[in-house]
Amino acid sequence: MNDPIAPPRSFPEAAHDALADDQLRRNLAHVTSTIRVKRAAAVAELPDWEALREAGRAIKTETMRHLDRHLVALERSVTAAGGVVHWARNAEEANRIVGGLIESHRTTEVVKAKSLTTEEIGLNEALAQRGIRAWETDLAQLIIQLSDDTPSHILVPAIHRNRAQIRDLFRAELPGAPADLPDDPSALAEAARLYLRELFLRARVGISGANFAVAETGTIAVVESEGNARMCTTLPEVLITVMGIEKVIPSWRDLEVYLQLLPRSSTAERMNPYTSLWTGVDPADGPREFHLVLLDHGRTTALADEVGRQALHCIRCSACLNVCPVYERTGGHAYGSTYPGPIGAIITPLLTDLHEGATLPYASSLCGACYEVCPVKIDIPRVLVHLRGRVVREGAHSEPGEQAAMGALARLFEHPRAFAAAQRIGALLTAPLRRRGRRITRLPGPLRGWTQGRDLPPPQPSFRDWWRRER
Amino acid sequence: MRVSLFVTCLGDTLFPDTARATVTLLERLGVEVNFPAAQTCCGQMHINTGYGHEAQSLVRHFVETFAGCEVIVAPSASCVATVRTEYPRLAAETGDPALQSAVAEIVPRTCELTELLVDRLAVTDVGAVFPHTVTYHPTCHSLRTLELGDRPLALLRAVRGLELRELPRAAECCGFGGTFAVKNADTSLAIGADKVRAILDSGAEYCVAVDSSCLMHIGGVLDRRHERPRTIHLAELLAHTGATG
Repeated sequence: MNDPIAPPRSFPEAAHDALADDQLRRNLAHVTSTIRVKRAAAVAELPDWEALREAGRAIKTETMRHLDRHLVALERSVTAAGGVVHWARNAEEANRIVGGLIESHRTTEVVKAKSLTTEEIGLNEALAQRGIRAWETDLAQLIIQLSDDTPSHILVPAIHRNRAQIRDLFRAELPGAPADLPDDPSALAEAARLYLRELFLRARVGISGANFAVAETGTIAVVESEGNARMCTTLPEVLITVMGIEKVIPSWRDLEVYLQLLPRSSTAERMNPYTSLWTGVDPADGPREFHLVLLDHGRTTALADEVGRQALHCIRCSACLNVCPVYERTGGHAYGSTYPGPIGAIITPLLTDLHEGATLPYASSLCGACYEVCPVKIDIPRVLVHLRGRVVREGAHSEPGEQAAMGALARLFEHPRAFAAAQRIGALLTAPLRRRGRRITRLPGPLRGWTQGRDLPPPQPSFRDWWRRER
Repeated sequence: MRVSLFVTCLGDTLFPDTARATVTLLERLGVEVNFPAAQTCCGQMHINTGYGHEAQSLVRHFVETFAGCEVIVAPSASCVATVRTEYPRLAAETGDPALQSAVAEIVPRTCELTELLVDRLAVTDVGAVFPHTVTYHPTCHSLRTLELGDRPLALLRAVRGLELRELPRAAECCGFGGTFAVKNADTSLAIGADKVRAILDSGAEYCVAVDSSCLMHIGGVLDRRHERPRTIHLAELLAHTGATG
């Protein structure tokens, strides 16, 4: 979604290349399997986990139903607390608002906390065009930025890099990193810390996303592990928060549910190390100015899809990525979007009204592991199948001959005699193979994907013919 | 008990041995089996590929074919899951109240083979003999949609001579996924390769499951790689009473 002009690569094409990267697959298999086990243990500790999930789902469903009211309430609360609320219909408007605010404070650099939403709208690139340098301060996000890469995981953006690769990157690109920097994680973190501390003290504007925004009180919540978001939201004079409109929750009490669901699902922790909550501005401490940019950018389009709208409930924990058999093999870049994995496969086409990511709903075996772990019970397989239906009906993507073949097969299945005749023809054609005990090793057309790495047993004389003969 | 067999289009065409084994097994347990000859396909492939509108006629065909049947059993978790979870939705989409009530009536009478055996017939020891090492792959639809739980394992544990081997990372998908297997063949095969490695690591001679479709995929990878373990549907395994595997 960063660059709508880039020619879209289909998921199968992108996955083909990603699967050839052995290093990537080893990194992914290691990290996802580790976090899977940890998440399961963290979740198993809570006897009321299922009730929490249900509460998380119910609050979001209710919020989406009256999103307009909750957003207006949020605007009122934030304004009353001394903040300024801006409304942005799309990426361009949001980037213009943020760029204008930074320029009005006559500075050309900002520090950023990790934010998927600003990634989604390509904020850093838009700011760069205005001569503003945005520094990423989350360690993994910094790695991504220094290597001119894009994130491949919601929570662990540099999951596709191992520590040797990171050491080499820091030696070459991180200002002040020693030439003999080892690949030991604490040494890597220390090198980044020294560099970032200087930025935090220097920057006059901070930018963050939001995990939750409480309509009742006007409070914004950001949860994190490293403390860099705390720095970004407290040290600079001006704080700008960009949030998707779906992040609003009605009341303070609702936080209780999500602050239990999110860390366990995400990092497999009982509680994340840092939870920053702020309400407008306070003359005694923190930023002098607070701006909240409320972003639509396709969210109301997704909301209009009655089945798909549950994708907006996502709290970006990434549990679905970590259990997904597809994500584990292909990694995040194959999804061609800020949002990879199962949630990305539904949210990208929903936000863009199928203009982007039309092959993504097919990037799933529908195994259901994502639904099983989702802390807000988004029925991802159901939405995937629904979106496949939309892709077909709206012609967003089509394989040559598929529509005709599916129609013909449906007609065949409507007529048992015709089906039986087709079975007999099939069995007749494959009789020579069966006599020699052979299997089908090559199929034509769209079925060639099957025999690319699999054999197929030849059609047999059908069960129905046997039944009619013998019974 | 009278049971109507839904063999599924795949079982009928590619795996008639599994279908025949289902008949053998049920009749051995004293069940009267009939086969409504008009049956074809449940429409799962159409629905899951985005052609739900094409599958509406197949829903109608299924309920007409099996109307009046006391119990319908299929040796396929994914086809039963289609009837159970997709049919009510598709029927609602047609806006036809007669079809909706026909579906509502047929869903509770449609069950997967191990549900029939363990829940309705209350048997776990079906008198099978299978002197081999076996590992059980819980297919996604059997595990997460039908939630068959321990039923297949309870049946396997009662088989004489059978040595059950644990399958590493058993709950993970095999990578079949219907048309996913051809639309995303590279990814499907990468997942399949890991499942096959897990089967080899189990050291079992046979990989058993309750879905012919997943077994077709796993078996296809095994065959292509000339690996020794064989795939077998649970119905076929349970039909065995002799010493020859």
